[in-house]
Amino acid sequence: MKKFTSNSILNAKPISRRNVLKAGAGAAAVGAGATFGFPGILKAQTGAIKIGHLTPMTGFLGGLGEWAVLGIQMAAEEINANGGVLGRKLEVNSEDSINPNTAATKAQRILERDGADLLMGEISSASALAISQVAERNKKLFMALGPRSDTLRGKNCNKYMFCTDIPNTVMVNAVGGALLRDGLVKGKKFHTLTADYIFGHDLLRAAKAFFSANDASLVGDELIATDVTDFSPYLLKIRQAQPDIVCLNLAGNQVTNFVKQYAEFGLPYPTVGFNLNTSDAWAAGPGNLSGTWPTVWYHTLNTPGTQEFVANFTKKYGKPPENHAWIEYVSLKLMARAMAETQSTDTHDLIKYFESGAKFDILKGREAYFRASDHQLIQEAYPFSVKEASKAKDQWDLMDLGPAIPGDNEPLESIYPTPEQSGCSL
Amino acid sequence: MQIVFLIEQIVNGLVLGGYYLLIALGLSLIFSVGGIVNLSHGAFYAVGAYISVEVTKYLGFVPAVVVTPVAVGILGIFFERHILRRFYAADPILSLLVTFGFAMIGEQLLRIIWGAAPIPASMPSMLKGPVIIGDFLFSQYRLLLLAVVAVVLAGIWYLLNKTSFGRVVRAGIQQPDMVAALGIRLKPYMTSVVILGVGMAGLGGALFAPISVVHPAMGVEIMAVAFVVVIIGGLGSFWGVVLAALLVGVVRGVTIHFVPAAGEASMYVLMFAVLLARPRGLLGERIEKFE
Repeated sequence: MKKFTSNSILNAKPISRRNVLKAGAGAAAVGAGATFGFPGILKAQTGAIKIGHLTPMTGFLGGLGEWAVLGIQMAAEEINANGGVLGRKLEVNSEDSINPNTAATKAQRILERDGADLLMGEISSASALAISQVAERNKKLFMALGPRSDTLRGKNCNKYMFCTDIPNTVMVNAVGGALLRDGLVKGKKFHTLTADYIFGHDLLRAAKAFFSANDASLVGDELIATDVTDFSPYLLKIRQAQPDIVCLNLAGNQVTNFVKQYAEFGLPYPTVGFNLNTSDAWAAGPGNLSGTWPTVWYHTLNTPGTQEFVANFTKKYGKPPENHAWIEYVSLKLMARAMAETQSTDTHDLIKYFESGAKFDILKGREAYFRASDHQLIQEAYPFSVKEASKAKDQWDLMDLGPAIPGDNEPLESIYPTPEQSGCSL
Repeated sequence: MQIVFLIEQIVNGLVLGGYYLLIALGLSLIFSVGGIVNLSHGAFYAVGAYISVEVTKYLGFVPAVVVTPVAVGILGIFFERHILRRFYAADPILSLLVTFGFAMIGEQLLRIIWGAAPIPASMPSMLKGPVIIGDFLFSQYRLLLLAVVAVVLAGIWYLLNKTSFGRVVRAGIQQPDMVAALGIRLKPYMTSVVILGVGMAGLGGALFAPISVVHPAMGVEIMAVAFVVVIIGGLGSFWGVVLAALLVGVVRGVTIHFVPAAGEASMYVLMFAVLLARPRGLLGERIEKFE
């Protein structure tokens, strides 16, 4: 192709290039005609299974995206080392989704031109919403791995999208019990700071529901643009509002910026938060983060599956996996299992399989399954608290993982919105 | 009480302005003297932050703040001699492209070496915490930062206005050909100006690392603000940049106080208003070679 272009520039006869193209197209048509169009199908059966992987690699969620890529690529390597799926290799192409607009454009190109069989990935709830609409239009599967918006899997759900991370309601419930126990909710005045996009709005809704159910009040409520890096004016407003507790519904770099500057200003109010990714905590630096937070998974989780994964990951990359690395790893594994069990990469076969309530080992204490009514993965969650600096074994050992929520004798769905509350109709 | 809160935001905005100034002043200097819009200025800021985090591990925070601008300044020598120098006389679009490309290379290098995920950085715990003066609350660290900025500012002002070095640089801004005709080579002066400019960016990176996320794209974040400050302040004007930086900080703080959602947009609205009234910026001088 390159040679082609340079030739046409050299001899300065664009017409010759056009003729060659025409001839090429004709030859291709003849070739296809001669074999009655079947080779296309045959080739799809023997070539690699193509998975388009979109994730933010730049911007305020870019730091999380890097972990996502490490996780999914490690899963792909393991699967391919064991002979692939249906005798075919898995080919996962990771790309930077940047923002909802670009994410949608890239998703369309990946499905249409690159011929991907399905889409996976994403962390931003806003970009995931855009990709899910492209997936629906193209009738291809999209597995959203990182987004946590309730609305995404509720009102905005669609038949072609499955969500594997925990939703905001579960984030709130995972840490809510611990906060109630520590006397940080009842009768307290809260000041919230919320990321100003679909994810934050929806987390704020869940947080407000939790506060009003538990007799807490709001004295301040700020929406923070995703590109805010200096929080000092907001810190002054918090001080002016005189809350008992500061509550964070922030995302990505916002969390890290906030906790660093909160420590810098040394405000006396304790902070609680309903969203924290381990990467944000690691980036905060020693002594800046405090309090109890919710998590979907942490690398000290004491199950054989997790410990084996952590050991392999650490051996490969020289650092333990962050929660996005874990979710991408287990998600590709469960996708591969679905293909193996259905002996198919067909969108409708896979949807049917996931909707069947099949149980998946996601390296936690209890197995997870997709709820047929809204296509979200139902699983355990955990609270985790910041460790005393002196007790940390290394720079990654920042948090103490609490017990799994819900308890052993309660159904997993008890921490999720009910199908009615979720508001999804497929 | 409301008025006290407002004054508190204004004072905080002034402190924040000092924080922007460190980046914007270097950008403005290089622009004024060389006629080059250095789009890679933010990359030097980011490199400064990363260098300071690494140096802090071995020498501690204060030595890191001293070493970083020197290290970044040395990078600036290579940058000026091998890249910028080729473009002083060229079409401005070329220098825009080359510095933009350089910014991307810088950001990707940081990504390759340290990874896309942010790296941890803290300040010594003795620097953390508030200072409460009357009704006002300040961050102790930011007051310290402001003092450092004031010292740097005074130094730069002295250098430009009270030394022979400064006279040549100022003459070079207005009449480069005349300076050359008098037998003065401007090249070494340009190298020094770039060292100063990117050195300040490096110092900014070192000082902001403990209070913001240290990640490869941090340079892009600061560049938008720095540009707005330079444009509002006006080309070639030292005090214009100072005034603009403080103004941007105050306007942002006050906007967040009343209309939080408009906080990040406020500086652009300010820029729009200033340019309508004064297309050359607040204190911008008429510079012949740019007319």
